[in-house]
Amino acid sequence: MTMLPKEGIAAPAAGLAQPLALAMRLSAPRLVVPAVIVVALIIPWLATSFVMFQLTQVMIYGLAILGLNLLTGFNGQFSLGHSAFYGIGAYTAAILMHNYDVGYLWTLPAAGGVCFVVGFLFGLPALRLQNLYLALATFTLAIAMPQILKFHGFEEWTGGVQGLPLDQPDPPAFLPIDGDQWLYYFTLGVVLVMFWAATNLIRSRTGRAIMAIRDHPIAASAMGINTALYKTLTFGVSALYTGVAGALGALAVAFVAPDSFTIFLSISLLVGLVIGGVGSIPGCLFGGLFVLYVPNIAESVSTGLAGAIYGVILLVVVFVMPAGASGFARIVVARLSRSRRL
Amino acid sequence: MELVLQQVMAGLANGAIYACMALAVVMIYQAIDHLNFAQGEMAMFSTFIAWQLIEWGQPYWVAFGLTIVISFVAGILIDRVLFRPIQRAPILSQIAAFIALFSILNSSAGQIWNFTIKSFPTPFGHTPLFGGTLIDTHEAGMIGVTLVMLGLLYAFFRGTRLGLAMRAAATNPESARLVGIRVGWMTALGWGMAAAIGAVAGMLIAPVVFLEPNMMLGVLLYGFAGAVLGGLSSPAGAVVGGFAVGVIENLGGFIPYFGREMKLTIALAVIVVVLMFRPSGIFGRTAVSRV
Repeated sequence: MTMLPKEGIAAPAAGLAQPLALAMRLSAPRLVVPAVIVVALIIPWLATSFVMFQLTQVMIYGLAILGLNLLTGFNGQFSLGHSAFYGIGAYTAAILMHNYDVGYLWTLPAAGGVCFVVGFLFGLPALRLQNLYLALATFTLAIAMPQILKFHGFEEWTGGVQGLPLDQPDPPAFLPIDGDQWLYYFTLGVVLVMFWAATNLIRSRTGRAIMAIRDHPIAASAMGINTALYKTLTFGVSALYTGVAGALGALAVAFVAPDSFTIFLSISLLVGLVIGGVGSIPGCLFGGLFVLYVPNIAESVSTGLAGAIYGVILLVVVFVMPAGASGFARIVVARLSRSRRL
Repeated sequence: MELVLQQVMAGLANGAIYACMALAVVMIYQAIDHLNFAQGEMAMFSTFIAWQLIEWGQPYWVAFGLTIVISFVAGILIDRVLFRPIQRAPILSQIAAFIALFSILNSSAGQIWNFTIKSFPTPFGHTPLFGGTLIDTHEAGMIGVTLVMLGLLYAFFRGTRLGLAMRAAATNPESARLVGIRVGWMTALGWGMAAAIGAVAGMLIAPVVFLEPNMMLGVLLYGFAGAVLGGLSSPAGAVVGGFAVGVIENLGGFIPYFGREMKLTIALAVIVVVLMFRPSGIFGRTAVSRV
């Protein structure tokens, strides 16, 4: 799961300037996606359950970052509020399972649906705001969310400050695997489907409209794109992705509490987005790796200075790869193909 | 009525803190065209330097002056060493660098000076003003210093060649370079000034909220909100916005049933509603884009 396998999909998806022929000539990348999937399928039989749990988390973060990327990377709307959508998704799942005994499978579409509606509604006022003003409005959402979740009036559903416990999903009886492995495969399946859907969305007519709005809103509307509709819809879809990630996160951790969904989660997702590559779909998974592992690495180097080490690593990465992992991979691919031609 | 007045006064006292921070936020926004997420942590670090100087036996005003100078130089260094090399990187990458700076400053302050809460001296004393409990001399002093700082900045930006050059460099770097302004150094100067203003804000805020590595988290949030509410292009707007946020926050706590628990949420919701009607802040200028 290094960044190398991802470059293959990064090149055609993000390198619009690159001629398509170049991507076709590199036949290897087309094998990369199946290879990564095969490796991902084998992992549960090799890794310890702790590593498997971590990788499950990586995929979940990757999915949440993908949600943010659809909005920020492809549509150009800045958001610091995605921790709130993640939290809403997680709480939707938890409330349904804990209070209403709904099966875990149904919590994902429910979480996605609720977040889509909330995101779409939040996208309406966001239409009036630009850049930093939008950043503040979404920031507000992230700051308010833990307070709303703790509010005593909702305690009956949300469990207040204590949060809610959940049951970990049981594997289907016909499969010879344990709960952790099932959680991993379940997450993998959901994440694959959603990444596939996002890739198709971006390659479609709708996707081009979304990106046109990012690149030049005035020209986009002059060409007949309903800017307001597409922007609010993108907000909704973005919230949907992050909400489903939140529901998966709740299932994985088997517990939700208000203080897991603070502004720091939003900032982590933003960092993951930048590290993976703004406007790159496979880059999101790399961002997920960074979000999960780098704080742990920093912690293991020095407990007291963990924050400083995290900051230094982040700075180094930004200096080395200013356009994120996907931008870096694109440069590497370009170099390699040039030397091959010579 | 008495109660409302009291809450408004208390709000103004809090608002002075936010106004101070908002001013620093807008200053750096003017100079570099980005919002500096690490602004609060820079102010916190400067305040620790002042505290250390006082611990080493310097009188308050010497420490005050020295801290401002050190922060100014440090601000310029941060720009030259960290941000100049990545000035062509995408905006979001630069924001990630701000987050990195935030994390580094917060964590190293905790490591150097530890996380125990320290008290910080004030030159104004803590005796109540007007004999009441509404506002004390320190809070009045803080409001006074904020206003003086605003006046000086206004004079600097409107009345001096250097101020004009800095404004030009921020609004239109290419044209500014063509008329012979050294844009890079103007940006560095902006960083230095923002760090110095942040240092003043930190030293004024520390006696109220007490000194510790996380003291600026909440303050920065409100300062940010105040700056946006007032309009990022207007230093005076930032100060007004900061005061307004303080007052709104305190009055919001009065709404029955959910006011006390959610006063932060209410304050922020009010700000977002205001932004609906004034998308560039109350005093901000709307940027017109050319096709």
